[in-house]
Amino acid sequence: MTVLDHRNQPAEAAPVPGWRPGATAPRTDPAPLLPDAEPYRVLGTPAAAGTDPELLRELYRRLVAGRRYNQQATTLTKQGRLAVYPASTGQEACQVAAALALRPADWLFPSYRDTLAVVARGVDPLQALTLLRGDAHTGYDPRATRTAPLCTPLATQVPHAVGLAHAARLAGDDTVALALLGDGGTSEGDFHEGLNFAAVLHAPVVFLVQNNGYAISVPLTRQSAAPTLAHKAVGYGVPGRLVDGNDAAAVHAVLTEAVERARAGGGPTLVEALTYRIEAHTNADDATRYRQPEEVDAWRAHDPVRLLEDALRERGLLDERLVADAAEQAERLAARMRAEFHTDPAPDPMSLFAHVYAEPTQQLREQADRLAAELAAEAEAEDGTGSGVPGR
Amino acid sequence: MSTAVTEQHGLRTGTMAQALNLALRDAMRADRTVHVLGEDVGALGGVFRITDGLTAEFGPDRCLDTPLAEAGILGTAVGMAMYGLRPVVEMQFDAFAYPALEQLFSHVAKMRNRTAGKLPLPITVRIPYGGGIGGVEHHSDASEAYYAHTPGLHVVTPATVADAYGLLRESIASDDPVVFLEPKRLYWGKAEWDPAAAVEPVGRAVLRRPGTSAVLVSYGPSLPVCLEAAEAAKAEGWDLAVLDLRSLVPFDEETACAVVRSLGRAVVVHESAGFGGAGAEIAARLTEKCFHHLAAPVLRVTGFDIPYPPPMLEHHHLPGVDRILDAVARLQWEE
Ligand SMILES: Cc1ncc(C[n+]2csc(CCOP(=O)(O)OP(=O)(O)O)c2C)c(N)n1
Repeated sequence: MTVLDHRNQPAEAAPVPGWRPGATAPRTDPAPLLPDAEPYRVLGTPAAAGTDPELLRELYRRLVAGRRYNQQATTLTKQGRLAVYPASTGQEACQVAAALALRPADWLFPSYRDTLAVVARGVDPLQALTLLRGDAHTGYDPRATRTAPLCTPLATQVPHAVGLAHAARLAGDDTVALALLGDGGTSEGDFHEGLNFAAVLHAPVVFLVQNNGYAISVPLTRQSAAPTLAHKAVGYGVPGRLVDGNDAAAVHAVLTEAVERARAGGGPTLVEALTYRIEAHTNADDATRYRQPEEVDAWRAHDPVRLLEDALRERGLLDERLVADAAEQAERLAARMRAEFHTDPAPDPMSLFAHVYAEPTQQLREQADRLAAELAAEAEAEDGTGSGVPGR
Repeated sequence: MSTAVTEQHGLRTGTMAQALNLALRDAMRADRTVHVLGEDVGALGGVFRITDGLTAEFGPDRCLDTPLAEAGILGTAVGMAMYGLRPVVEMQFDAFAYPALEQLFSHVAKMRNRTAGKLPLPITVRIPYGGGIGGVEHHSDASEAYYAHTPGLHVVTPATVADAYGLLRESIASDDPVVFLEPKRLYWGKAEWDPAAAVEPVGRAVLRRPGTSAVLVSYGPSLPVCLEAAEAAKAEGWDLAVLDLRSLVPFDEETACAVVRSLGRAVVVHESAGFGGAGAEIAARLTEKCFHHLAAPVLRVTGFDIPYPPPMLEHHHLPGVDRILDAVARLQWEE
């Protein structure tokens, strides 16, 4: 088997005249590279009539729960219960619909803002928050749900997704990898290197850029001069797609097509979803320094939950039962978050030394002993008259 | 490096963040070739507000919001410096400087040497560093050893408000590249200071507290912890001196050795990992130069050799007063 077998190129693909090995290979893939000028939309268009009612209902329940999750997590930061939370309010459709386009054996590579996508993969909603609460770096087992750790350094997860997809293909599996990133992340070298590797390796990977208008304070116009971020695919020989990121049905359709194309050997796709970050970058950010409230209000009018609600109502699918069920599910989740996060967690200090290496080094064992002795002395002091001040 | 602090401001009370902001402002007023660039340095004023108001005063060309790409930012700064500008680059957080390490190590640090002195690069790379602010993963690294290990770079780190101003002005005025490490947990500490008063130049260590028993040698974020430890040590009969290195490169061997020789006992303190850390170099150097004056080995108190922990556990990792006092107790060396 040669390395190129995984490209599933049609055996009859005849050499193109003038082409010689070492020159740029002609693309045999029929998918056009350039993105459409207009973002793909489903909700509010005739195409909405053709979407599966069960899918729409499922998206609705998850969007409502996701919105509530964002609100509750933001409140928890105000109460000092989370160290930080980058809310995805307004972007719920991208995250939920993208994750639902994957099969269980596929892999998701999320960034720090993508907790909802992570939850949609089946990670426990509370475990998805431990990084942001501050008690552990990754609160879930990535292998259990095939969800990589939430990634903080921008775009560095992109080549990981490519490598995993490549390895899966080499193993003969039909696993697809989906990498999520923001508009700002598309400026990082890792994004470009990842895209190029994916194209050259013809890896079964999909990149979803959630273009929410800003990278912290920097607007898209100062981030990229490309007509769209989806255009960035073209130079690498990868198809680019543009979709309304607040239209859950459209995101689901475009992602499903890209994922299944990758699965069938069609190679990578770059999808740009147009959306908006309703909240500040994180609770530590002051968005009034760089954007006008009118702009936020305009996007509120294009709210992903409302768009879906309207579409469901139009088709007579939004019965009271669904509304009540979705609301109750969301409230239960919020209540669980409050209950769990209003207790003081006590991560074990000795866990500092676990998992640094497969086998701790001699030095680490000594350092662990030293910390254990300090903790014992602290505990003793606390029982007596000691201050018990940690770290003293 | 020459001291470029000339303007009169009078005594004022301010935070280290404000002092750094003023240093940038004054440097840009004094020298048109000084340009600031980085992520979010414009309208936002940087995530720590160190560049607050610079775009308003000097325009978006002199204080430039860049695309999000650290290698691109620093690489662009290299070209700007080659054409006569004095770029001051902001890296948003310590660990986010890593994409730029190729530019820093392969080009910024070496251009003077590679070009036989024809292309010096007067670039200042400001990097907020260190822990203690409850940051999640990748927001609390202390990477000074990487930079200090790279020949061609100055590595400067203030511990006081006055030094933040003075050292940054000097770093910007330097004709060599400077990695300027800003201890983020000291950003909001207030002090009274006089921007017009000259500080000791880069490369000179300063004794922050005299003492007679032993010396704590430190820098940046660990310095206030050392001062606190010295205060606490009085109860145990120790009169500790505290030496603030202020820059790792150049390393002020003369001052450090003089103190160590006179006291015979020294503890080096820093929060980054101990193995291969800056303290290893300092302890080895002091031992080599002061061996016959030492009553005990030069000891180190450092962070553990672990990836920086989640915020809820960081206080167990960061050297605190007790850990320093334990080391001081071990200086009563009896083999
Ligand atoms: C390599 C790197 N540089 C800088 C940062 C700091 N930072 C965190 S989020 C962010 C903005 C990212 O914007 P974007 O990619 O558009 O994603 P969004 O936050 O809008 O979802 C920045 C600059 C980082 N995390 N990683």
